[in-house]
Amino acid sequence: MRLNKSVNYDRFESHVHGFRLSLLVALIIVLSFILILRLAYLQFSQYKRYATLSLKNQMSIIPIAPSRGIILDKNGVILADNIPVYVLEIVPERVSNLADTLQKLKKLLPSITDDDLESFNHARGRNHSYVSIPVKLKLTQEEVAIFATNQYQFPGVSIKARLMRYYPLAETTSHLLGYVGRINVQELQQVSTTNYRATNFIGKAGIEKYYEDTLHGKVGYHQIETDVSGRTLRVLSKQTPVSGEKIYLTIDSRLQQVAYEALKDKRGAVVAMNVSNGDILAMVSSPSYNPNIFVNGISSKDYQKLATAPDKPLYNRAVRGLYPPASTVKPFVAIAGLEKGFITPSTKIYDPGWYRLPGVTHKYRDWKRTGHGVINLKRAITVSCDTYFYQLGNKMGISAIEDMLMQFGFGQLTHIDLHEEAPGVVPSPSWKRGSKGVHWYPGDTLITSIGQGFMLASPLQLANATASLSQHGRRFRPHLFSHAIQDRGETYDFKPLEEYPIQLKDNAYWGLVAEAMQNVIMSNEGTGYRFGRDTPYTVAAKTGTAQVFSGSQYEKKSYAEIPEALRDHSLFIAFAPVEKPEIAIAVMVENDFVASAVARKVLDAYFQLNQPQEIP
Amino acid sequence: MIINQTRPMYRFTPKSLHIDFPLLGLLVLLIMLGLLILYSASNQNIGMVLRQSLRLFLALGIMMVFAMIPPHKYKLWTPWIFGIGLALLIAVIIMGKIGKGAQRWLDLGFFRFQPSEIMKLAVPMMAAWYLDRKSLPIDLKSLLVASILIFIPAILIAKQPDLGTALMVITAGVCVIFLAGIHMRIVLFLATIAALAAPLLWHVLHDYQKQRIITFLKPENDPLGTGYHIIQSKIAIGSGGAFGKGWLAGSQSHLNFLPEHATDFIFAVNGEEFGFIGGVILIILVVLISLRGLYIAREAQTTYTRLLAASLAMTFFLSAFVNIGMVMGILPVVGIPLPLVSYGGTAMVTFLASFGILMSISSHRILFNNMR
Repeated sequence: MRLNKSVNYDRFESHVHGFRLSLLVALIIVLSFILILRLAYLQFSQYKRYATLSLKNQMSIIPIAPSRGIILDKNGVILADNIPVYVLEIVPERVSNLADTLQKLKKLLPSITDDDLESFNHARGRNHSYVSIPVKLKLTQEEVAIFATNQYQFPGVSIKARLMRYYPLAETTSHLLGYVGRINVQELQQVSTTNYRATNFIGKAGIEKYYEDTLHGKVGYHQIETDVSGRTLRVLSKQTPVSGEKIYLTIDSRLQQVAYEALKDKRGAVVAMNVSNGDILAMVSSPSYNPNIFVNGISSKDYQKLATAPDKPLYNRAVRGLYPPASTVKPFVAIAGLEKGFITPSTKIYDPGWYRLPGVTHKYRDWKRTGHGVINLKRAITVSCDTYFYQLGNKMGISAIEDMLMQFGFGQLTHIDLHEEAPGVVPSPSWKRGSKGVHWYPGDTLITSIGQGFMLASPLQLANATASLSQHGRRFRPHLFSHAIQDRGETYDFKPLEEYPIQLKDNAYWGLVAEAMQNVIMSNEGTGYRFGRDTPYTVAAKTGTAQVFSGSQYEKKSYAEIPEALRDHSLFIAFAPVEKPEIAIAVMVENDFVASAVARKVLDAYFQLNQPQEIP
Repeated sequence: MIINQTRPMYRFTPKSLHIDFPLLGLLVLLIMLGLLILYSASNQNIGMVLRQSLRLFLALGIMMVFAMIPPHKYKLWTPWIFGIGLALLIAVIIMGKIGKGAQRWLDLGFFRFQPSEIMKLAVPMMAAWYLDRKSLPIDLKSLLVASILIFIPAILIAKQPDLGTALMVITAGVCVIFLAGIHMRIVLFLATIAALAAPLLWHVLHDYQKQRIITFLKPENDPLGTGYHIIQSKIAIGSGGAFGKGWLAGSQSHLNFLPEHATDFIFAVNGEEFGFIGGVILIILVVLISLRGLYIAREAQTTYTRLLAASLAMTFFLSAFVNIGMVMGILPVVGIPLPLVSYGGTAMVTFLASFGILMSISSHRILFNNMR
């Protein structure tokens, strides 16, 4: 019975399998027929076309670099442009003896350096031999003429007009924009080799680097037919490259220039920002360098000179320079004390000119040796009373200070659209253990509350925190990108990014600190007297003096007698107008007291440039 | 003594080698043609041809060993082979995770191999082994189990990432299910589902895999990248015409315009040098080998061997079809070599091993159906 069923079943199964097998046979026949049809199509019907392409001539694909997007300021002033230059190029395939040709070229045009030859060899390694590769960028008119008369000796070598990056404002915008330079091997590994096939330059720093993808565009190509000797016979097809996007920055180049001039011959930085959306209006670091020499391919000697200069011109002090904020931190510490309930606006102390921790003999001195007498918080900010903040800091403890400073964005990246930014330091016991390996002492809290000691902040962070102060705790992420226009003409805007706001128990605290800061300028005992009181706009500000060297040997000496490198740094933060704040600014000048004067020039320029339009 | 007399005297005959001579003949023809093309494609590099020949001899040896193993042993070993293959695949993935990168190879010190190659054989064996025990018609539960047996190794292989091999493993398994007698309605239903699921699958693919499909659909979009391969291989084939430019005379292949001309794109060299005639001969050889495989499946005596034989034959054919289709620009560029012709060892060993199994199935015939 079982056997019988099995036999029947097997027969049924074999039948099914047999049918399915025939279907598979049919599938094989059909698919192979498709292959043969395709083969016939390629080899009979398309034979002529492909035979022409392959036999008599060769088909080459020549990549065409997209033109890099230009960079403009908020008013449409060009900050980074593309200008045509003469470039000496070689198609390696058409040169019989390359080494010999390069030697002869070098003799003819002595400006060709070994660096040029090295990057030529690099580029040659990653391209087809029929692609034209630059040897020397930016030939002078004279060199063009010399080569033109000798061109017959150099088959395969030619002069081409190419677009090159040019920064019209040069030193004024160098740290901000960064620069482009020839692509190196490491950079090539991080980009699409297809898209960069024809590209020689890549953003190396600043905006040029941060927005590389946006600025670069998309490669195009010519599919061309060439004869045996490599001459182009005709263009078979063409794909035009897509230009990089035109980027508008939030920078006002006029303000930028004023700030740069104000800082000239000094070491320091200025950051000015729109308080209501995070737009950076000016960002200057001094001393500066000319970015145009990088585009041309800076020689390693010149580069070494720039990189090792004691003034560090390559260093973007505005976002990367970290300094003790000194007294400019006091308004923020004051907010912390009020918010956490350690003081009230009316809390008064007596300042004898020093503060002493209980049970310790060491005196923490006020900058004013005679002291400020009986003093409340508002006046303590105005006169920058150290003693007041020593006792406040001691009452609060470091964690309360740390918490509020972190809320204002210190000790962390602001996430501005630059890669160079440094996070700075808001010290805490765990930070000190981790980085110094020692305990936190109560004295550390005291000096932190007057912005000395371990705390480090960048001018950008100071400007950003000042903007938050002026906006009663609303915070916007600082940014440089305003909007971009694509190749096809489409525009897209940057949306201001609002960060998590600072909320206080009582909004009157903001007003109190702002008034105290206005008195820094307006009061007779305010520390901001150097700023001047004759402005047509109102200002709330705070000065700061960071000690570079503290020692009795210089205390009695006059300013001129102290060596420059040991003079104090000066800092200045401000927002204006006080009633309806528009702009926040942070100025830092190394070894000089002029920060407030620099800020004055920039703010004056801002209000002059942004005068409300008078109705005729 | 009496017992000895009743047993037939052992005499060596060609039959005791268990070789299927029609299949062997066709394979040798294809292999010879392949070496001829390789000599030209490698720019007359005799070293490459010798290395390939050495591998072929080794692989032919493996084929003969596989042919001598009787089919019921394969059936007995199937779950073990599948289990070990799966374990090796997982081992490779774990090692890849540790080594932070794609990893297909398992390095045993003296010997490296790809566990995914084992799966090309183990998956159809396992599917046949499982479905062999189920009665017709196949219910949905068995179908589900069979699919899981196929897709788990396939997904592991695709993650390596080796999309080409994963597709081949799926093809082999699906052939078994199809042949085992799955209801035609289910076939159509699944085909519809697959068509609808394609967009979903798109999201699972690696970027470079997506790029290949986009490039396939519009090669002219990316003439500097992957599209360049397709454009150049079409020029090479098209310029071959009816009779080709002659052996060693293909300009495209020798001027290095054609990339990968010894491995994945070797069919283009054949097309350029031997023309339409050469292309058709190669395709016909592939078809005849596959049909011989299906014939062996038809004559097979058990369900297990029948399902397995047909699946192995179809895997061979579809590999060749996908490769040739890709080179001629009608299928996307997936990294599948042309079986027995492309330069390179691992896939060749697997294919000749699978032909060994086919020969075993065709030559070990039993008179009574007592093995089921």
